[in-house]
Amino acid sequence: MNELFISISPASLFLEPLSHDFMRRALMVSALVGGVCGFLSCYMTLKGWALMGDAVSHAVMPGVVVAYALGFPFSIGAFVFGVGSVALIGFVKQKSRVKEDTVIGLVFTGFFALGLVLVSKIKSNIDLLHILFGSPLGISKSDVNQTIIISGIVVLLLLLFRKDFMLYCFDPTHARSIGINTGLLHYLLLSALSLAAVAGLQTVGIILVVAMLITPGATAYLLTDSFDRMTILAIFSSVISSVIGVYISFWSDIETGGSIVLVQTLIFLLAFLFAPKYGILKFKGSINS
Amino acid sequence: MISQHSFQEMLRIEADQVCVDYNGTVALYDASLKLKSGCICGLVGMNGAGKSTFFKALMGFVRPSMGTIRINGIAVSSAQRNQAVAYVPQNEGIDCSFPVSVWDVVMMGRYGAMNFLRIPRESDRRAVWHALERVELTDYRKRPIGSLSGGQRKRAFLARAIAQRASVLLLDEPFTGVDVRTEKLMSELFLQFRNEGRTILISTHDLSHVRDLCDLVVLINKTVLAYGDTSEVFTPENLTMTFGGISPEFLSGSTSTEDFKE
Repeated sequence: MNELFISISPASLFLEPLSHDFMRRALMVSALVGGVCGFLSCYMTLKGWALMGDAVSHAVMPGVVVAYALGFPFSIGAFVFGVGSVALIGFVKQKSRVKEDTVIGLVFTGFFALGLVLVSKIKSNIDLLHILFGSPLGISKSDVNQTIIISGIVVLLLLLFRKDFMLYCFDPTHARSIGINTGLLHYLLLSALSLAAVAGLQTVGIILVVAMLITPGATAYLLTDSFDRMTILAIFSSVISSVIGVYISFWSDIETGGSIVLVQTLIFLLAFLFAPKYGILKFKGSINS
Repeated sequence: MISQHSFQEMLRIEADQVCVDYNGTVALYDASLKLKSGCICGLVGMNGAGKSTFFKALMGFVRPSMGTIRINGIAVSSAQRNQAVAYVPQNEGIDCSFPVSVWDVVMMGRYGAMNFLRIPRESDRRAVWHALERVELTDYRKRPIGSLSGGQRKRAFLARAIAQRASVLLLDEPFTGVDVRTEKLMSELFLQFRNEGRTILISTHDLSHVRDLCDLVVLINKTVLAYGDTSEVFTPENLTMTFGGISPEFLSGSTSTEDFKE
């Protein structure tokens, strides 16, 4: 590795990995998933659905296992269990006196535990680590196709209902009073969340996918007061961190999901410290002071 | 939408023996009320008396278990689709750190009249501009909503209701946390609205504003205790009844009054 670094120019640091088929695929998928999750993360952070994102992403686990075992696309199994968990959370919350965050925690750990048990019991060639931590460098062609389709659906949903989702997050009462079906919006947004969690699972895995669904939005939130700009910044930072993460993972042989999320966290940290208006280190004497 | 003619004798709000209960708990019973177009009406009662339930019923959020509500002569759900009812929230009910500008917020009043993708037309932009002019916030249109003062924020949401061209305005405690300038401007606006044929329903326990501003008063405590001209209804006896036996002088602005049950 050392000789390699000495003999190559900075340009080839970026270009050399592109000569590998698997790297091109990994970069493409990671950037795509990063963009989709970044887009959605704006709504997740503004709606305060971080815990919901965590719940849905963990709850898809048994779905993935069952789908692999029965031989149909993992994304369908994952989606069914993702939406199922959300419905179950809503049901238990409505029918019992237990508080919502407790119900969320209860349901998702239950689903996740079921997934773990199923993996250990069902004999198959599922690699538990790939589900838990993602493996964009080892992604198969059929998985790439699934991810593209899922991402397409999520992006379409978000583009069509962009303004309505924004209004729903900001002032659901007004939305409802002018005749907008907020119940439908609620479930559409949750479906988008389930789908994005399934897509994100490919690159960073179940455990870390919630980071993809909140960190870019949180970063962008610190940088702007405009919703449109927030969306663009979130997508941009998410795509960039996914790509940088994959590169770092390739060159230094570290775990890809971890490296992507670490880059995201680092960008958030920079915004947290240096954001012009909302950073904690505002420079004295600047216009903002 | 408001048609400039024929609203003289039109009933804006018609509630007939409305009952609302949440899982068996009665929030409102036998509430009847008729409000004509072009009036300012105070909805007075203590916390938990059913003011917000009544608002929710008028907006179609809760379905009465008995009785009917009609807005502009049609069912609430149809009135909703006609953008007839606008709700101006309490300041505490809004996420002030949400990344939207004043312009964006007022534009939300136009959403219901826009196409599916909510792309503003020239007419929508004109309506927003006009609404901002009326509440004197045009200079603030690019500011994030969170950077405004309480009074300015209240005006922004009022502008949203204007842009929506609603004929029924429901206001929740409009005078709390508001500066003198806003208070004056709002009072003037309410009078203009009345002349335009809109009906304004103000939910509050701030009695002095009701006395000065409202043509009509509705006193509620789980049901409509009394309603009619302010001068006739706003008597010490009625108010004492409304506030559960406590003389109103002791509770101006108080929110901690215990729920009263007969």
